Amino acid sequence: MMESLAISLVNAVPVLSGVPLWTITLLIMVMVAAVVLTFALTYSGLATYVERKVAGDIQARVGPNRVGPVGILQFLADGIKLLLKEDIIPAKADRFLFVLAPYLVFVGSFAAFVVVPFGVGLIASDLNIGIYYVMAITSLVVVGVMLAGWSSNNKWALLGGMRAAAQIVSYEIPVGMALLPAVLIAGSLSLQDIVRSQGGLFGIFGWNLFHNPFTFLSFFLYYVAALAETNRTPFDIPEAESELVSGYHVEYSGIRFAFFFLAEYGDMFVVSALATACFLGGWHVPFLDAEALPALWGNLFSLGVFLGKTLSLVVLMMWIRWTLPRLRVDQLMRVAWKYLVPLTFFNLLGVSLWLLLFHGKGIPQMIASLFG
Amino acid sequence: MKARAEALPTQEMLINMGPQHPSTHGVLRVILRTDGEVVVNARPDVGYLHRALEKIGERVTYAQYMPFTDRLDYLAAMNCNAAWAWTVEKLAGIEVPERAEYIRVIVCELNRIASHLIAFGSFTADMGAFTPFLYAIRERERINDLFEDICGNRLTYNYVRIGGVSADLPDRFLEKTKEFLDYFAPKVPEYNNLISYNKIFVHRLANVAAVTPEDAVGYGLTGPNLRGSGVPFDLRKNEPYSVYPEFDFDVCVGTGERGTLGDCFDRYMVRINEMKESVRIVRQAIEQIPEGPVMAKVPRMFKPPVGEVYFRAENPRGETGIYLISDGTVNPYRLKIRAPSFVTMGIFEKITKGLMIADVVAVIGSFDIILPEIDR
Amino acid sequence: MEPKEIFEKVTEKFGGKAVELQGEGFRPAFVVVSPESVREIALFLRDDPAMKFDSLMCLSGVDYKDRFAVTYHLHSLSVGHQIGVKAYLPREAPSLPSVDMVWPAANFQEREAFDLYGIVFEGSWDLRRILLPEDWEGHPLRKDYKYPEFYNGIKV
Repeated sequence: MMESLAISLVNAVPVLSGVPLWTITLLIMVMVAAVVLTFALTYSGLATYVERKVAGDIQARVGPNRVGPVGILQFLADGIKLLLKEDIIPAKADRFLFVLAPYLVFVGSFAAFVVVPFGVGLIASDLNIGIYYVMAITSLVVVGVMLAGWSSNNKWALLGGMRAAAQIVSYEIPVGMALLPAVLIAGSLSLQDIVRSQGGLFGIFGWNLFHNPFTFLSFFLYYVAALAETNRTPFDIPEAESELVSGYHVEYSGIRFAFFFLAEYGDMFVVSALATACFLGGWHVPFLDAEALPALWGNLFSLGVFLGKTLSLVVLMMWIRWTLPRLRVDQLMRVAWKYLVPLTFFNLLGVSLWLLLFHGKGIPQMIASLFG
Repeated sequence: MKARAEALPTQEMLINMGPQHPSTHGVLRVILRTDGEVVVNARPDVGYLHRALEKIGERVTYAQYMPFTDRLDYLAAMNCNAAWAWTVEKLAGIEVPERAEYIRVIVCELNRIASHLIAFGSFTADMGAFTPFLYAIRERERINDLFEDICGNRLTYNYVRIGGVSADLPDRFLEKTKEFLDYFAPKVPEYNNLISYNKIFVHRLANVAAVTPEDAVGYGLTGPNLRGSGVPFDLRKNEPYSVYPEFDFDVCVGTGERGTLGDCFDRYMVRINEMKESVRIVRQAIEQIPEGPVMAKVPRMFKPPVGEVYFRAENPRGETGIYLISDGTVNPYRLKIRAPSFVTMGIFEKITKGLMIADVVAVIGSFDIILPEIDR
Repeated sequence: MEPKEIFEKVTEKFGGKAVELQGEGFRPAFVVVSPESVREIALFLRDDPAMKFDSLMCLSGVDYKDRFAVTYHLHSLSVGHQIGVKAYLPREAPSLPSVDMVWPAANFQEREAFDLYGIVFEGSWDLRRILLPEDWEGHPLRKDYKYPEFYNGIKV
């Protein structure tokens, strides 16, 4: 894809024909990566601000309101503060792993942004194994978290790291299983293909969410499992500030801590984006065919719709966080293995049978065909 | 399975929970020996906040000791003040004007509400739901405002005096208190909707660390912790002091409604329900309060007769007992404070065996301990 | 039951081990017992159907200058009466049997008395210092306690 972009660029600007094609491809790649990363970081910063505002609203207080109008620049102030803070590495920590861990977490979380289908043509790289890639690369987070817990040489951190490892590994299964129905319907692992398979029917009833009862359930199973995978309340056991002080990142300070922090918000976005892409029709604009519009407007509209849906899911996560108490670690495991895993398997079976019996047609399609 | 266990030997882990830990409610240190997440043994280590309050008591006069009682249980300073005053009055046989007793009951019950609010809020925060804490603080703030009207302080009040109270109620205090009660009464059901019957919350607390009634009595649990085990014993009812016999209220006991009798949830619910009862008591006290003086005649050089007295009062955290020995001089000869939280910690090691680490937090929260009182 | 009756019952059962009844000026009244018989009398007070003192309200050490004392304030939830039990101890090597197997609540308070008065409770399941550091010297609530100037080289 990058290469084709590079070729079209060379065709459009003849001056560049002297430059080797791979340099241009590389440059475009770097630029795309920079754009995605900038977006991801800006989003994470703003999300921390929104989270605090949401929390304030729920808790009958105001939230940040000093830096900039209505406190909107608070995240910048916090970022600068974290950058300038002393970087403390405990004397008895394993220095190499201690330093490495935040990068792994950060990379694992933000590399997933590459395949997020922001709009009709807005995707950094439309991999044909998109979903698989996301599942694989976000698993890097668990390695980072475990290393952080282990290398800190702190028992609370170790407990947090172990909890995180157990939890994320357990919840990978229901997450993957809950996403598979969308893959089955689209017949592709590419996220763009999955989004495209949900077009038509006013752009709402084409959503996989309404495809059949099993996909409807699937969405909620996915959302619950994803909450757990991102270590959000009520599944925030690895950080559980009232039990484990703050879990695996208890010894981190300054910018290293910020990496964990940003990664958490990155994770929230990625899982919400996946939910949007797989169940809520992705970037499909209701009552409009975004792909038929002129490229600029189509992309803008679809980007807006996609971000709207995704960020709503992110805010929903915040809402849940400030409402619910925390599960205990054995209850968490019970939820995963006794409820979510069997349910997602059952669900997958249901979707498969549905597709077989009704030749891949969803309920809205059937109703639509009744009326010609 | 057995072969695996031999091939992979496991070790017990020794973890220090505290003295600085967010959910030990102060500087409590718990030495945890755990097998993974399961607690093998949790031994409380107290004393980090020892200020020798009993020794200080032997050096100061009876009246001078009043501010020190503020520092016992700082979340219920009024109750501690009043307990000290009642003890000395019992020792010396001082008749306190009735209005003063009514004022004491009003402030004690308001302080009980405030203290239970903190217990409720910090307990839910321990369980991972931070939001109810701020709701609780919001209501407590209004009680603090009322107390500020009375005595100018918001935490350590030093309001009660031996023989009465330091000053009569300010203008409009009773109206303001009534307004507060009208505002607060509907809040308790709101808390129940917000968190009490939340499924996760119930699951975290039900059947955790159940204390049998026999154990509760034997280990000297008192107050809401004792009543949480289903023992209907409340000093205000069973051993009435002050003007408590004048009021109609119920003793809240645990019923094991969501799990076993005496589990963390029962102890929690007793506190929630007691707030309602305190509202009832304050309402009645406002109706019945007589006019008159608020201070008995107590000589400046106050010397109680020789004797020994043990007085106990129902404080938010249980029974605060004061054992006071007087040798007829201006200073107490010996002063022992039987702090409810201190005695409660005795059962901690027993009931935390086999729980998870997260449950230890629940146990500490459900006992509603406070460290200045434990360490004195 | 009135303190007098309780005292009579105890003397009836244990003879000279119950020394006297301190009634005047003492609320609640104290049954003074000899220290070595504290545990058996405690068991009797707990288990006798007429007594049923199931709750130990307060256990404290007292320094009467010429001698020490340990006082037990008992309360019965089922019957609703109260009594104090007091055992006088010599200043030199004060010790008496522990009652933590009678009322488990005693353990923490015995530890406190041990910590602050140096009274040894024999047969206690766990008798360590509780409020002060393990290596603290002396027992501060004794009337003849001298305040130390240094603790482990730190100026107090």
